[in-house]
Amino acid sequence: MALTYTSREQIEVYRFSLPVAILVPLFAIFLQAFLPLRFPFFSIFDLPLLVVIFFAMARRNPVTGLLTGAAIGLLQDSLTHQPIGLYGIAKTFVGYGASSLGVKLDVESIGTRLIVTPVFYVVHEVIYFTVARAMVRLNLHWSWSHELGSAVANAVLGVLLFALMDRLKQRA
Amino acid sequence: MGRYRNVSILAAAIFVQVLGLAVQVKRSSENHSSRLIRVWAVSAVTPLEKAIVRIQTGTSDLWHNYVYLRGVRQENRALKDQIEQLQLQQVRLEQDASQAHRLQALLGFKEQFIAKTLAAQVIGSSGSEQSRSVFIDKGSHDGIQQDMPVISASGIVGKVTAVFKGTSEVLLINDQQSGVGVILEQSRVIGVLHGKASGALVIDKVMADEQVKPGEKILTSGGDLIFPKGLLVGTVTEAEKGPEFLQIAVKPATALNRLEEVLVITKKEERQPSVPAPAMRVADILSRRLPFVPDKPVTPASLPAKNTVATPAAQQQQGSVHPASAEPVGLKAATTPQVTPTAVQVPRISVNPALSPAEPKRETLLTPSSKPAATVTPVMPGTKPAPKPKPVADPAQPPIGDPGGAPQ
Repeated sequence: MALTYTSREQIEVYRFSLPVAILVPLFAIFLQAFLPLRFPFFSIFDLPLLVVIFFAMARRNPVTGLLTGAAIGLLQDSLTHQPIGLYGIAKTFVGYGASSLGVKLDVESIGTRLIVTPVFYVVHEVIYFTVARAMVRLNLHWSWSHELGSAVANAVLGVLLFALMDRLKQRA
Repeated sequence: MGRYRNVSILAAAIFVQVLGLAVQVKRSSENHSSRLIRVWAVSAVTPLEKAIVRIQTGTSDLWHNYVYLRGVRQENRALKDQIEQLQLQQVRLEQDASQAHRLQALLGFKEQFIAKTLAAQVIGSSGSEQSRSVFIDKGSHDGIQQDMPVISASGIVGKVTAVFKGTSEVLLINDQQSGVGVILEQSRVIGVLHGKASGALVIDKVMADEQVKPGEKILTSGGDLIFPKGLLVGTVTEAEKGPEFLQIAVKPATALNRLEEVLVITKKEERQPSVPAPAMRVADILSRRLPFVPDKPVTPASLPAKNTVATPAAQQQQGSVHPASAEPVGLKAATTPQVTPTAVQVPRISVNPALSPAEPKRETLLTPSSKPAATVTPVMPGTKPAPKPKPVADPAQPPIGDPGGAPQ
């Protein structure tokens, strides 16, 4: 028997309807592209990443999680002028990790979400910067203070956003 | 095998993406190799952005044009005052511009003029701090092409990097991959402006011995063959000296993180600046700078000497003034007149045929500092040069050397 930190009741696997599975990531990408023009501070958030984490943890299936991460990441990449795959690779890892963790942890509590989200944000940024520097030779500027601040901001927004998106879940 | 199924799929997904990245990096034109997915993504996202921007603009117009009209009368009055001030300023600037155009034409300069622009609305951004680009609501259907420059009312914005049917991607000047040829307005230092990872604008590779001061304006140099010359880029905020090069920090003239409307320069024309007057020779230009000699008062005693004034042109013809000193002769004559002491019998020569009929006989000396014009007067033997001639025949004519007669 596998040792987990969740009770049988907590290992509930959820699914999402097709419109939700398509429209929510699209809407997140739209907001990510649209809001920073009106509110420049919004660029510190990564809404597509939060959606990837939420879907992956709710479905608790690593394959679905990594595919969701790859699809959202590639879509996000295609709105930039940089080579496609930077966000794709980073979000693939995050999707896989979040769904794997979702099996082990009670990811529906606020405390867990507050801890897990910034960790995944930093992991995402580290992978992104590594690939961007190693493969694409982008001279990106890494600032720990900026990244940690963004991680905390994303965690706070994530808690609010996850509470909203919990209503879209359906029991499998 | 089933145990490693998830990890295998993860490895496969990563491998495919890394392979795709490698292909794009290998090919310089990565936009072409990944064109299809970009078209899909842009087609999925931008229609909603366009719709929201249009609704927002419509609501804003409705509010500002019909509902919120408080203070319009006062604003109108202030604007009228401003127009009057600007008209005065325009007259002065037109004089300067026409002179500059004439000289440019003489030197054969070619300029790039903005022939046609297309207004566009910014509907979205890349959504990434590492990619500083925006999307506009005009595309190939509207005549947009790649590498077209994009400007705003305040200054330059960027250039078009990708064109779709109804949308285009604009790379902002503060992106790391952007580069704009610039020139500093005062020090005339030429450099390349580009963005840093943080989004700040810098000019580097400028030698450390150059004198650059904060506050100096930066203009496009035209060297990048994208932006026409002379567009405002921003101002210098800091010039830090390194061992070899200066690091010049720049504040952009346009608020790049709050773009709403931009202009795409869809057509540039390269032509020589137009000259308002007919083609002039160098001698004509120089002759305009020569001093003016007024009429003498018409008195019976002075009648025989009526045409004995010595204009500089006449002096040159007579050899009394050194030809080599043709341009600075006015200044020289004002201090040490070198006119021959004999009265020269010359008819009055129209120094500048291009002068307006309203001022046929007045000629002022154009000096860079617009100082009062110096004059040359004939000096008779045994007499002292008159200190300051006063025209009597034409009371309406301003006194010689009146700075009001010269362009300010």
